[in-house]
Amino acid sequence: MKLTVWTYEGPPHVGAMRVATGMEGLHFVLHAPQGDTYADLLFTMIERRDRRPPVTYTTFQARDLGGDTANLFRTACREAWERFRPEALIVGASCTAELIQDDPGGLAESMGLPVPVVALELPSYQRKENFGTDETFLRLVRALARPAARTPQVTANLIGPTALGFRHRDDVAEVTRLLAEMGIAVNVVAPLGARPCDIARLGAAHLNVLMYPEHGEAAARWMERELGQPYTKTVPIGVGATRAFLAEVSQLTGLPVRADTSRLRLPWWSRSVDSTYLTGKRVFVFGDGTHAMAAARVARDEIGFEVVGLGCYNREMARPVRALAKEFGLEALITDDYLEVEAAIERLAPELVLGTQMERHTAKRLGIPCAVISAPVHVQDFPARYAPQMGWEGANVLFDTFVHPLVMGLEEHLLHMFREDFEFHDAAGPSHHGARAPRSAAVGGPPPDAGASADAPRNPPAGRDAGAGVVWLPAAETELRKVPFFVRGKARRNTEAYAAERGIAEIGVETLYEAKAHYAR
Amino acid sequence: MTEGRPLPASRGCRDAPVLKERGQREVFCGLTGIVWLHRKMPDAFFLVVGSRTCAHLLQAAAGVMIFAEPRFGTAILEEKDLAGMADAHEELDREVARLLSRRPDIRRLFLVGSCPSEVIRLDLARAAERLSRRHAPHVAVVNFSGSGIETTFTEGEDACLAAMVPGLPPAEGRELLLVGALPDVVEDQALRLLSGLGIGPVRVLPARRADGAPGVGPQTVYALTQPFLGATAAALDRRGARRIAAPFPFGEEGTTLWLRAIAAEFGVSDETFARVTDAPRARARKAVAAAAATLRGRSVFFLPDSQLEIPLARFLVRECGMEAVEVGSPYIHADLAGPDLDLLPAGPVISEGQDVDRQLDRVRAARPDLTVCGLGLANPLEAEGLTTKWAIELVFTPIHLYDQAGDLAQLFARPLRRRNLLRLEAAE
Repeated sequence: MKLTVWTYEGPPHVGAMRVATGMEGLHFVLHAPQGDTYADLLFTMIERRDRRPPVTYTTFQARDLGGDTANLFRTACREAWERFRPEALIVGASCTAELIQDDPGGLAESMGLPVPVVALELPSYQRKENFGTDETFLRLVRALARPAARTPQVTANLIGPTALGFRHRDDVAEVTRLLAEMGIAVNVVAPLGARPCDIARLGAAHLNVLMYPEHGEAAARWMERELGQPYTKTVPIGVGATRAFLAEVSQLTGLPVRADTSRLRLPWWSRSVDSTYLTGKRVFVFGDGTHAMAAARVARDEIGFEVVGLGCYNREMARPVRALAKEFGLEALITDDYLEVEAAIERLAPELVLGTQMERHTAKRLGIPCAVISAPVHVQDFPARYAPQMGWEGANVLFDTFVHPLVMGLEEHLLHMFREDFEFHDAAGPSHHGARAPRSAAVGGPPPDAGASADAPRNPPAGRDAGAGVVWLPAAETELRKVPFFVRGKARRNTEAYAAERGIAEIGVETLYEAKAHYAR
Repeated sequence: MTEGRPLPASRGCRDAPVLKERGQREVFCGLTGIVWLHRKMPDAFFLVVGSRTCAHLLQAAAGVMIFAEPRFGTAILEEKDLAGMADAHEELDREVARLLSRRPDIRRLFLVGSCPSEVIRLDLARAAERLSRRHAPHVAVVNFSGSGIETTFTEGEDACLAAMVPGLPPAEGRELLLVGALPDVVEDQALRLLSGLGIGPVRVLPARRADGAPGVGPQTVYALTQPFLGATAAALDRRGARRIAAPFPFGEEGTTLWLRAIAAEFGVSDETFARVTDAPRARARKAVAAAAATLRGRSVFFLPDSQLEIPLARFLVRECGMEAVEVGSPYIHADLAGPDLDLLPAGPVISEGQDVDRQLDRVRAARPDLTVCGLGLANPLEAEGLTTKWAIELVFTPIHLYDQAGDLAQLFARPLRRRNLLRLEAAE
């Protein structure tokens, strides 16, 4: 038993729903009590889908438990088939139905429905949503995909996009374009948009592009083994990863890399002088393994940030995330407890958080800028505009996404120059985020304690962490407040560390500047 | 008596046949009530003993997550808890001890049963007794079930309040008890109106703070503020309290009739009643009229959600001039819904329970101007060209009493106004 408030992933049957809802012509009969239908609103509200998920819930009640819940399942199954006429059915149990052990798979098979019925095993008390997507898609592929002659032209399947996926819709478009530029057509995209009959012809492609290992790796491995299709290991998020991905595709297909980078802007945006201020900004990265690793690489190598924390919530990806963290000189944070992530963010006091909607909430509370880079996400992270994460346009989007929460370069420069000026006081925040400016700004003059509230709203201003036993003298505290807020946290930490190392008990103005000189880059 | 709208001929919808349906239900389970109950009781923590699905539901139902020190959580059952029962109790004790030591501000702890905990017959009543003894007197531990196999959406609040009734102290005096978790702003308005009528003492269930728990006894009379509190009413009746039957206080008419029934019980004169209610009644009528212009003559179809459907249909038909096509409710307490059914003119189908696909067939056939439904159905129906109102807003938003009557009408009018406002089609 573990106390949980917010969860990064839903139960595995929600993963199965993401596969079913992404597909066409497939129906999911879920043995479940009333209330489990809440999951429909994830799709209709958060993703704004215009159709109900293709899911029939058996809706058993307490009074059915002693009786015939199995029959309830059969009835629901038959009615779903009659009403929706799907090409194939998947059947499974939610957490409660798992306990009553009605065996939906066996029941459905015995009904003799005229379409393939795929039974799902979704261990609700052991696994989670991403297991559910991966497992459901694997079962579908195993049941429906058959060896097939390869298409005359070189083609690829795009594997892994689902309903409720973070930017999956646009990633599919971007990757399709990348492949097209190399002369590779897409055979099938699955699960998103595929019909069961499309799953049957997966085997005609020359290779699989595994877009999201979280949702498609098991199926990609199976197809490699059973259908002889190699799959790509590189996820093309970021400029470097996209180039590596194209090289990998070239190696798998024998086709030369051909890339139209005329629409790629990240490298120049990063080299342009306004971006100088991004140098060494301390970022904390957390999300699903794939997106967290990609974001960390982009942050360090393509924007010039310093990655101070890296982790993921899905244990399935713990190994590669740990390896990458080690390469960054960090220890990976692998946890599905958002409070542990919050504690890490608080301890590291980064200048930017790249995370999920959980970290967005945490960062908001801590007063740290944040951008969302991974599921789980909320309605605002399903934009109307084209906003992929993958490929060249994805790289452009990442640049904007990472930089937008921060103060602009020129603006930071002005804050340095006029930091005592009322219009440029610390708490005013970036000028392009109107809602953040506190009202006190309007009356003129910096709020007397704007500094303390901006750098660590939830902590006493001095003497924490490194500073156990280290005291800030009032003059030094005042001087520290003159340091712009976006580097003040770093200045405070560095000074305290400097003092602690040297056994200095009281931090004066001199200590502050000695520490500054010591840590000067 | 003040002037009112004429009662419908015969008994309105009281004797109308009820279409009872059984099948897939597109409704929340009772756990959802925690989202507003925990706001109402700031010294309470709601600990669901359940699965990851329960935690995920609460997260999804809460929509935008209320993030500052949440006072609800899920003790997620794991494989090892399912294997041996004694173990699950120990695990629960450990989690509760950890929680209470971290949160000394918690005075009431609700152990909330879920579908899985009910199916494995985890005895939370026994756990609550044991934990109450252990953590007394600082924390009182109460259990109720919000499971989907037993409760539909607002029935979770009913189960919660009913579970609190046996623990209420005895009361000897004649007191009025208001029952139902209202937003503070609405509760304060109710108390002001009743105080203006000279009625008191008035107590409220649930009380905002543990030490404010009302007493109950044979002299207690109570008025429900929500139509879904059948089990709570039964529990209060068992304690000897007596219910004041009335329509529910939605809209100008509903509020007036609800207050009038209470006033009659306490012998308030017509003059006093008029003095206290005339001004807010006039305000309410004026505010409703503004929205009624949009609503008049339009048809409305209620899918079952919160049991608020019957009183709200009565409001929309009688005060806003709408025409009800079907009024679906997850469950109809004949006694509690009776006064509202009396007022609802015959005509609409009254349905109880749900088979969602069949009901949607009826929606499509009727093509109502406005469909009141859950979040899972709203966008799909909009995509079919139907205008919808999310039912959940009716539970989360202050809609009771005079000064919310206009807001209530606006909630229904806004989707229709919006539809008229947008110019999204291609030019001819």
